[in-house]
Amino acid sequence: MTSSDRLDATFAALADPTRRAILARLASGEASVLELAEPFSMTQPAVSKHLKVLERAGLISRTRDAQRRPRRLEAKPFAEAAEWLEKYRKIWAGNFQRLDALLDQMKIDELKAKQKKQDRSKR
Amino acid sequence: MNPGNLKLTTQGDREIVMTREFNAPRRLVFDAFTKPELVKQWLLGPPGWSMPVCEIDLKVGGSYRYVWRQDSDGSEMGMGGVFREIVPEERVVCTEVFDKAWYPGEAVGTLVLSEQRGITTVTQTMLYQSREARDGILKSGMEKGVAMSYDRLAELLASSGTAGMEKGAGKS
Repeated sequence: MTSSDRLDATFAALADPTRRAILARLASGEASVLELAEPFSMTQPAVSKHLKVLERAGLISRTRDAQRRPRRLEAKPFAEAAEWLEKYRKIWAGNFQRLDALLDQMKIDELKAKQKKQDRSKR
Repeated sequence: MNPGNLKLTTQGDREIVMTREFNAPRRLVFDAFTKPELVKQWLLGPPGWSMPVCEIDLKVGGSYRYVWRQDSDGSEMGMGGVFREIVPEERVVCTEVFDKAWYPGEAVGTLVLSEQRGITTVTQTMLYQSREARDGILKSGMEKGVAMSYDRLAELLASSGTAGMEKGAGKS
């Protein structure tokens, strides 16, 4: 797969909340299908279906040697997807920091205007 | 979720969703997103860019136009669109087309503001015409992307995985 195809597959695989939850679980260590099925109260075949999508996207792999064949996260596709998100996020984080400052100023201006009004007509 | 925590995720095949809290009532946040003299002060993009053009005709069927300029070499980037839906202080839906579009078709942006105890949550959703267009946006930013550690990635996943639950929990 080219990096571009892989990114398509990555984002498609990440589009599902259950699959994201499975990935979050695998981020803290490898786990078998059974272990993965448990917290989601899903049947094993249902979990296997999600795992297949994740596997096809190259997001996870299975450990060959162990009998229970635990799944684990593969780092590279995430890094590619995350790199973009990080850049986009940085630009917006900068925009929103400026917006924070602007809103603070707007609140102060509003308060001043209110006080002026109150001074004129005491409650 | 603390104010200041920006969340950015993909949703479905064609969307990018951004969520951020602001420590201000939503009528002020709405003004900051819809009044040109205010928008110009913050919607600037990366350092070194300014926003010489910001025109907003805030009514259904009205259009808006933004132009940014990179101060170092004078290069410009423009975009605009048409308002489809406006609910004051609550919701704005508009189309979005860049002058030099690097993705096919126009995108549709939805801005939703909700306020709780003086904190306004802003949710911005960009809906692209196809998954290819959405992922094209993602790829365009990747070239100059910065490397990210595995730990940060786990955080990112964990936060997107629990995004739905946090809404239900409500307080922290």
